[in-house]
Amino acid sequence: MSVSQAVAIDKPPPQARGWPRARILGYALVGIWILFGAGIVAYLVYAWNPEFFARYAPAYLQGLGTTLSLVAISMVLGAILSLPVAYGRMSKSPILSGLAYCYVYFFRGTPLLVQTYLVYYGIGSFRPELETVGLWWFFREAFYCGVFAFSLNTAAYQAEILRGAIESVPRGQWEGAASLGLHKLQTLRKVVLPQAIIVALRPYGNELILMIKASAIVAIITVYDLMGNAKLAYAKSFDIQAYIWVAIVYLVMVEILRHGVEWIERRITIHLHR
Amino acid sequence: MPAQSIWTLLSWGPDGWSDDIASGVLVTIALALATLPIGLVIGFFVAFAKQHEEPSLRLAGNIYTTVFRGLPELVTLFLFFFGMPLLLQYVVRLFNPNATIDVNSFVAGMIVLSLIFSSYASEVFLSAFRAIPKGQYEGGYAVGLSKWQTMRLVILPQLIRIAFPGLENCWLSLLKDTSLVSVVNLAETLRQSSVAARVTRHSFLFYSVAALIFLALAVLSSIATSYILRYLGRWEAR
Repeated sequence: MSVSQAVAIDKPPPQARGWPRARILGYALVGIWILFGAGIVAYLVYAWNPEFFARYAPAYLQGLGTTLSLVAISMVLGAILSLPVAYGRMSKSPILSGLAYCYVYFFRGTPLLVQTYLVYYGIGSFRPELETVGLWWFFREAFYCGVFAFSLNTAAYQAEILRGAIESVPRGQWEGAASLGLHKLQTLRKVVLPQAIIVALRPYGNELILMIKASAIVAIITVYDLMGNAKLAYAKSFDIQAYIWVAIVYLVMVEILRHGVEWIERRITIHLHR
Repeated sequence: MPAQSIWTLLSWGPDGWSDDIASGVLVTIALALATLPIGLVIGFFVAFAKQHEEPSLRLAGNIYTTVFRGLPELVTLFLFFFGMPLLLQYVVRLFNPNATIDVNSFVAGMIVLSLIFSSYASEVFLSAFRAIPKGQYEGGYAVGLSKWQTMRLVILPQLIRIAFPGLENCWLSLLKDTSLVSVVNLAETLRQSSVAARVTRHSFLFYSVAALIFLALAVLSSIATSYILRYLGRWEAR
């Protein structure tokens, strides 16, 4: 610190040695976290019940599979659906951009839970009409309804991510590519997208994490995903460890993803670091 | 099923459901507004800890955000709603063996939403802290302000202005997250609409109403925040 020499009278913050207040507080808070963690571990050891584990662990695994497939399918469908939406958002036609704006505003402005209800209970209430159209098999299944609602929802978010990333690439890049004789699609693929991906990676990663977290919602519309199985286990056993285990699984999943995204980001921006 | 028109269903009074849903909207707004100050204060202090030079404080703050941002909102809610009574009961029974504890779903929702909101808000505050140059602190110390005064008079006004757009996003997701508390039977907008949907069998109608209400709340918030932003901007110009 250069200030410490310049101002001798008004004491600058001294180098932290010994036990300043911040350190005491910090150690106390970390201590609370350690106690909290130890408490949960102690509880899980104390409440260890081989029967509970044997009974519900396979269900949890199956639920994990359901959660992951729900998220994966929705992310992919959402990515496909986000292309026209992002195109509409960036288009100069007021009708197209207005429609796309309304779509994005609706799905980002209302809770995912309401959207899921709207699909599962709302659209599902038109059973006779759906049966005549031949779509009842789709809206009868809670899982498909979850996928439907989640895809529409994530498409809105992904469209915004895509638009932001593409617009973050300066106009000069388009013009430069055009002056070299590349047409629009080539420019997008070879010039703009490689630069946009760097910007979009972190938001996409966040969106994936948000989807995994949000997917717990489908448990409410009777899908037996990870959370659904935890609910079932709790309803049968009244044992709070049903939720503690599921919390640990979600936390581990999210942390792995978060660090994975950070690792990929470090790898693809290697040319930007000096 | 009696053939009631949509307008009767949506009317105000014993036949309609508007009054029930309106009371739900009030609960939603109350829950969000009650959560906001708690979440902002916790979020500020967590961000303060995360940018502190003391490593143990940083660690404690980082654990906080990792946990409450990593857990699905629903899992946190259920853990608190079902777990907290157990814990409290365990503690209370040390003194009074016959006590039973029930957690109010409004309070449980408020606690859980504050935890979630504060962990997101702390990230916003953290990046705002990083956007403020070190010279601002040094300038504050140089004119003889104490640490606390520097924070309050020099840093905080700038911090709020920088963090405001991010906090607006946090507020919008808080508004949406309040709908989750309907799962533990809090009679808010979505819960009341569900009841109406189940009783009248007009699910699509009433869930659309719920969606539109949340949309209207979002629009109202962005109008309000644009006013506040203009106010903050005027403050800056001086």
